[in-house]
Amino acid sequence: MILGFLNLTWPTFANGVALGGVYALMAVGIGLVFGVLRLVNFAYGQLIMAGAFALAFGSQWGFPNWASILFCFGVVLGLSVLMDWLVFRPLRTHSPAVMLVATFAVAFLLQNIALLAFGPLGKSAGSLAILNAPWDIGGVFIKKIAVISVAAAAGCLVILQLLLTRTPLGLHMRAASMDFRTARLLGIRANRVISGAVIVSGLLAAVSAVMLSVQELTVVPAFGTQDTILVLAGVVLGGLNRPIPATLGGFSIGFANGILGGVLPANQSQYLPSFLFAAVIVVLLVRPDGLFTRAGGTAQRV
Amino acid sequence: MSAVRRIPELLAPALLILGTALLGLEVSSYLQAYFLDTLVKVAIVIALYVFIGNSGVLSFGQISFVALGAWTAGVLTVPEDQKRVTMPGLAHFLLTTNVGNVASLALAAAVGGAFALLVGLPLMRLSGLAAGIATFAVLEITSNVLTYEQSIGPGLNAFSAVPQTTGIWQAAVGGLICAAVAYVYQRTRFGRMLRATREDPAAAAAAGISVYRQRLLAFALSGALAGLAGGIYVHLQPLQAGGLSLDLTFITLAMLVVGGSGSLLGAVVGALVLNGLFSFLSAATNTVDVFGWSLTVPSGTAELVLGLLMAVVLILRPAGLTGGRELSLPRRRRPVADLEKARATT
Repeated sequence: MILGFLNLTWPTFANGVALGGVYALMAVGIGLVFGVLRLVNFAYGQLIMAGAFALAFGSQWGFPNWASILFCFGVVLGLSVLMDWLVFRPLRTHSPAVMLVATFAVAFLLQNIALLAFGPLGKSAGSLAILNAPWDIGGVFIKKIAVISVAAAAGCLVILQLLLTRTPLGLHMRAASMDFRTARLLGIRANRVISGAVIVSGLLAAVSAVMLSVQELTVVPAFGTQDTILVLAGVVLGGLNRPIPATLGGFSIGFANGILGGVLPANQSQYLPSFLFAAVIVVLLVRPDGLFTRAGGTAQRV
Repeated sequence: MSAVRRIPELLAPALLILGTALLGLEVSSYLQAYFLDTLVKVAIVIALYVFIGNSGVLSFGQISFVALGAWTAGVLTVPEDQKRVTMPGLAHFLLTTNVGNVASLALAAAVGGAFALLVGLPLMRLSGLAAGIATFAVLEITSNVLTYEQSIGPGLNAFSAVPQTTGIWQAAVGGLICAAVAYVYQRTRFGRMLRATREDPAAAAAAGISVYRQRLLAFALSGALAGLAGGIYVHLQPLQAGGLSLDLTFITLAMLVVGGSGSLLGAVVGALVLNGLFSFLSAATNTVDVFGWSLTVPSGTAELVLGLLMAVVLILRPAGLTGGRELSLPRRRRPVADLEKARATT
């Protein structure tokens, strides 16, 4: 096997790609909102947490799987829109630092609501656990969820690309993320564009919630927080201002996380966050504007 | 004239800290724990203010210096026979070195400052979100290593048997030192230069100010104060140094922003108000009497109210409760006042 060195096996590789795919979706979700609002949504992880809890409750109440997933989408979308109305809108004109801290506050609030309502031990999202069973692909056993994650991520990214390039809403969103003020002057409705971005971002959070809850099974109030921090790092690494670099950045850090988690021996894997974040620092020092952006781009706005 | 007017700028924060300490002496020892905790939080938030407030750069990394300070003061004051039991993997140097209370605090500040300087050397070149994420990375790495590395401390366990020397006075003196250092710093030319870079980096650089050097100085100073606060914290209660991470970052940042990150007064007011409220609600989970009316709230309410309050303050008053201003006496109306104003508002 080519990947035999570093005791990297195909299943580990597949898990890395799958995690990379989910992180890429989250990266796009965070990047879209950043594009139109200049707002880094730290509470994105809590949207995913809420979706995962919806799935867990769905399976507890004996919903069929499609109904649980629908319920998850409903909860995440509802929460996204609520967040937009209550927090993003009133703060839209404020400095990025204030908005970031505000989303920090929302994250803290939602996490503590979950802690108060569901307890620290969390719930099990059991009904989709069958997807952890492996598929035999040419003699290599790969978890179903890994294949599904990759397929779902690729599908979502293609649909999103079509939405952004082929529809009026997508055009408006791209215009708004280039220059919000000028876009408004030219008659683009700010609220509609922002709502569009928030809803698409929420949909991506719901998809990520389904994928992550299958992989991690137990849903606790801190579910998704660490993932969000990593994705944020990945997004900044890739280059926050443009969707494709941001996606690549998210994918890279998810891939690295999945691979290293599988490859490192137990006594070193506890230092996995240190390795990842050390790499983040090094990359930021070498390419502060992002790994996948062309040098000499526009000055950073935040 | 202006010197007299400026007296309350340091006096107001100092009196607030002293008042909290004096109030803490009056209450029962059960409630005193909350006052001690609040005084430590004041010190931490002031340390945050020195860098974030003056430079306008958001840093998530300052709590890692608190953690390092706590680690330094903790690992150097646990008695050696205790270390052999609770930290069997400890490196020889750390095992045999023991210092007193004051020395451990001084070393905590020194280690915090030195580490901040070291980290800041490369990191202060970054700005904006890249700086935010990089400081976040520092926080994650520090807490990860402190949590799992058995050769430097108790790892996942809290430091036990650290002499609990932090009483009301030690906590208050710590807070006062932080406030005084922060005040003196912001009055020096270095503080003013950094504030100039906060308002307009390009103009400041054009005036000959090295943005990098000024930020680095404030970062290191803030790290030293954070280290001191961490040392005081570990002498107050058993702490797991690696656990001083995301939650504490969040809470202290919230205090700074709610109080008003632009002023020393804002840092102190934010810490007192939020931690006061937080303590009150935490105490209320075991029933408190408010003017003869007994109040019990379910546990977790404190965090909930804190998050809600912070969101509300940010939405309604984004510059914070103090609006980022120091307290100063009203100036007399004179023609010269305009000139004064231009100077005083920087």
